Amino acid sequence: MQHDDVIWDIIGNQQFCSFKVKTKSQGFCRNEYNITGLCNRSSCPLANSQYATIREEKGQCFLYMKVIERAAFPAKMWEKVKLSKNYEKALEQIDENLIYWPRFIRHKCKQRFTKITQYLIRMRKLVLKRQRKLVPLSRKVERREKRKEEKALIAAQLDNAIEKELLERLKQGTYGDIYNFPVHAFDRALEQQDEESEEEEEEEEEDDEDVGKREFVEEEVEESDLSDFEDMNKLRTSSDEEQDDEEEESSEEEEEEEMEMETKAKALRSKGKSPANGSVARKKRAYVEIEYEQETEPATKSRATS
Amino acid sequence: MEEAEKKQQQEVVVENMEKSEPAFPPSFSVSEIKNKQRRHFMFMKLKQEKRKVAFDEGTDEFSAYFNGLTNPKVLITTSDRPRGRTVRFCEQLATVIPNAHVYYRRGLALKRVIPQCIARDFTYLIVINEDRKVPNGMVLCHLPDGPTAHFKVSSVRLRKEMKRRGKDPTEHSPEVILNNFTTRLGHSIGRLFAALFPQDPQFVGRQVATFHNQRDFIFFRFHRYIFKNEKRVGIQELGPRFTLKLRSLQKGTFDSKFGEYEWVLKRHEMDACRRKFQL
Repeated sequence: MQHDDVIWDIIGNQQFCSFKVKTKSQGFCRNEYNITGLCNRSSCPLANSQYATIREEKGQCFLYMKVIERAAFPAKMWEKVKLSKNYEKALEQIDENLIYWPRFIRHKCKQRFTKITQYLIRMRKLVLKRQRKLVPLSRKVERREKRKEEKALIAAQLDNAIEKELLERLKQGTYGDIYNFPVHAFDRALEQQDEESEEEEEEEEEDDEDVGKREFVEEEVEESDLSDFEDMNKLRTSSDEEQDDEEEESSEEEEEEEMEMETKAKALRSKGKSPANGSVARKKRAYVEIEYEQETEPATKSRATS
Repeated sequence: MEEAEKKQQQEVVVENMEKSEPAFPPSFSVSEIKNKQRRHFMFMKLKQEKRKVAFDEGTDEFSAYFNGLTNPKVLITTSDRPRGRTVRFCEQLATVIPNAHVYYRRGLALKRVIPQCIARDFTYLIVINEDRKVPNGMVLCHLPDGPTAHFKVSSVRLRKEMKRRGKDPTEHSPEVILNNFTTRLGHSIGRLFAALFPQDPQFVGRQVATFHNQRDFIFFRFHRYIFKNEKRVGIQELGPRFTLKLRSLQKGTFDSKFGEYEWVLKRHEMDACRRKFQL
């Protein structure tokens, strides 16, 4: 026998109901067949033998009905009616199925059905809009990437690379005639070319004519001094490359250049303002330079860069 | 992906100077760290690759730009509701790139934005993605049907955080330096960056924007240079700096669901060989 009042007395007020969730102001019912979601005498599906709800499955709405005649058959207790997708037709269906049922249940069923259709419409609209996808970051990976980035930054030696590139462009004349410098570089290259060709010629001649002659000449920069002077090295090697027209650069020269570039760059780290003291003096007499280069570089000491 | 060409190399970085001297036909090489102990002797590969690559580059999406037909016009925007830092970053980026406009994204869908941009003759779309008040991603989309690259942005330094910086950049078009884009993929990314800036830089401005690729990280720097004499140049950093890491490259314009991905970053590729890099 179904004693609704007794049941309500027990689960609603005095003892425990597993579907009840109590908050400060309201009690809620977590039963999936509950029509309003609140814990009330008239909304409790356990304490009402004649009950109806609307439930939604995958966008389809169904009307569930429970009558006292089927209370003994739990498997067949709920009668499921599929509602039409048309809003008005579905309301009519509810009315026709719940005819002669208490006003409260009919009203609440229609309210619930309205709410469900509204949220289904909103879901369909949202799918068409932009969806924000949250991509999880893995902490380990992020840490590794950060470290890799730092190492790459150190390996890159950006300032050097940029300076080198700019000087290369200057040499190749992409800047045209804006700067006065290129003329010097070109002349020097020419001079050296002439010197070399002259040396070859002079070897054949003998020096009998010059014996006993006095001449006053200016101080010449000898090659041994020039080896201290990084720039000449660089200029000479680069002009050599141009003359020889080889694509492959020998490793030793490259290394020399790179190391020299490093020490030079460190020495000349400009403070960012335009040069206050004009051009830096060419010959630096009292200057301690640490050079690691050797003329014949052993294979193992070669630098590995990427 | 096509295999990169291998070149006999002893050690050093191969610089790829794009702007002043187009290396034609472009030579690709494997990008990796070389070890002192392990010397790789690699040999020249087939010549027919060079021709194919040259043909590709002649007819791809950037040919219009490189032939001087189009002038770049860039639209910079952000993800929804950008925070102060991102907004300032976008503004500074707009000063660095000539002919760039910043627009506030009002929750618009990119798919709708793109046809409008094309209608207004924009050549580039940059979307800076933001997470927790800091820019962390960038989508670079070349507009009339161009490739779309998605980058991860890190270490953003705004102008006021730079030490010893100079004054603000002027309106002159900067020069572009693209370093170290050696592989095939790197090459296409390099062209992507090159097409951001106008073809003829104004040397009067003495400004240079550098994209330097090192171990798959692309470092962006913006400097003002001055030649003290023909052997020395002084550079002064102005402008923002940031690092990029390529996450994916897509063939068409931005389409995350149906787009055709040319290259996607896969985590496990790196585990196989630590010294080999994609870019």
